[in-house]
Amino acid sequence: MTEPSFWSGPWGWTIITIGQSAAVIMGVMISLAFLLWGDRKVWAGVQMRKGPNVVGPFGLMQSFADFLKFVLKEVIIPAGADKTVFLIAPLLTFILAFMSWAVIPFAPGWVVSDINVGILYLFAISSLGVYGIIMGGWASNSKYPFLGALRSAAQMVSYEVSLGFIIITVVLLTGSMNLSDIVNAQAGGFWNWNFLGGGGLLGLGIIKLPIMLGMMVMFYISALAETNRPPFDLPEAESELVAGYQVEYSSTPYLLFMIGEYANIVLMCAMITILFFGGWQSPIPMDSIVPQGSLAYILISLLWFILKVVFWFIMFALAKAIVPRYRYDQLMRLGWKVFLPLSLVAVVLIAAYRVFGGNLV
Amino acid sequence: MLAIAFYIMAAVTVLSGAMVITSRNPVHSVLFLILAFFSAAGLFVLMGAEFLAMLLVVVYVGAVAVLFLFVVMMLDVDFVKLRQGFANYLPIGAVVGVLLLTELIMIAIAIADRGAAAGQSPQVYGPEMSNIEAIGRVLYTDYVYLFQASGLVLLVAMIGAIVLTLQHRVHVKRQDIHTQVTRRRKNAVEIVQVKTGEGIQE
Repeated sequence: MTEPSFWSGPWGWTIITIGQSAAVIMGVMISLAFLLWGDRKVWAGVQMRKGPNVVGPFGLMQSFADFLKFVLKEVIIPAGADKTVFLIAPLLTFILAFMSWAVIPFAPGWVVSDINVGILYLFAISSLGVYGIIMGGWASNSKYPFLGALRSAAQMVSYEVSLGFIIITVVLLTGSMNLSDIVNAQAGGFWNWNFLGGGGLLGLGIIKLPIMLGMMVMFYISALAETNRPPFDLPEAESELVAGYQVEYSSTPYLLFMIGEYANIVLMCAMITILFFGGWQSPIPMDSIVPQGSLAYILISLLWFILKVVFWFIMFALAKAIVPRYRYDQLMRLGWKVFLPLSLVAVVLIAAYRVFGGNLV
Repeated sequence: MLAIAFYIMAAVTVLSGAMVITSRNPVHSVLFLILAFFSAAGLFVLMGAEFLAMLLVVVYVGAVAVLFLFVVMMLDVDFVKLRQGFANYLPIGAVVGVLLLTELIMIAIAIADRGAAAGQSPQVYGPEMSNIEAIGRVLYTDYVYLFQASGLVLLVAMIGAIVLTLQHRVHVKRQDIHTQVTRRRKNAVEIVQVKTGEGIQE
């Protein structure tokens, strides 16, 4: 007991962290395979088709078959392409998409890196995501990818601004940038979750409810735009740009782009869950049934987190299936003239509540 | 461990800084600039200033450099023309470079001597206070009026830039989103019975 164990030393710490990161990456990758299948199933269901149903039971193995198909194909690099940048772009998208998962708390205490600026880290990494797209579009040395990349750059930079303001409202509400603290602040039942204003529905706190409900809806829409999902998928609008920045990509580089894109979508679902939906907190307090800190408690929390993420993913998939594509100028107008002022007003209101709210009660 | 991380980050910063000015392709230059920003953020983290590091990534890498890249990609750059006047501009460039280098060295010396703050006792915040709190306290409590004043200056500069570049041209068709969205079939389509061989008279 007197001498510190190997696992608390620098080498032990490094090994443990690498192990945790590998576990998170594997977990996310495998769940991505099934979420991709779910995405296609939801899409097919809305259009009254059956969707993938051949490979494995209910077509569950479809994503793995697709994976093998992509990996076994030939990598084609177009003549005149900037070879290095062309290959770095999908790698960058892929790596950045998985870097963000380091700060996501999956269950009480289950987080690779519990840093104080967690939410800023997430925001910073997601703002880097645009580089993969711009580099890919430019390096392809082709017109459609370039147009797609330019559209995407403008769109992602625009929506990042309102996304940032919405995050600030949540940070103001909880008074912390640490994601675990944000989740802990929403403990004790769904009426304490941030999308209902946080801090219970009784008393004066209820005036925050309409603001935070609106912020949640705006975060959802901005997340759709930030991840280039329909109805904001103009960077890859197939009717005008074939596939946007991905036109010239084939086999594994394309696969990296696609996995990165879906990892970002699931990350956005996890972000909505943590910021507005109480993270891993159960909707009805379960402390009296399962003792806090026990393994069962942690596993049930993890289950709640996964359920909420899946719920938001289905919302993303439904939006893809039922909403027609926006026009580009309308998209920009929505971002700059509607979301930006609204979220700015919300920041002012929540800040005012934080300063003066205590005196009113 | 910390020293190794520092030397790797610093080397990457300096090397990519050198690549910014030596690479032939302007887009590559911007990409190296982004790498330099990013590793500078890494250096901030090593110094324990994680909030500044994140801000550097969000603001410079995530927004400013994107616009850089945007503009450089759109420019039609002729590499041969760019290289033509190289010998003529070399002396001026060298002078500017030497000036900048001296300034940097002087600033480094001043920082080593603790500059204008020399002789004053530094404001120390306890270890229980996070980075963000310390910066917030300095910016929004201790120096709140100066901070607001600088914000005002920026606002004036922004409005000035808008006023200078905004021009209302008269004969330009503009979009009115409201009329576009509220447009219905009955005020867009007219059904006309056309007699054979006569066409429509407008």
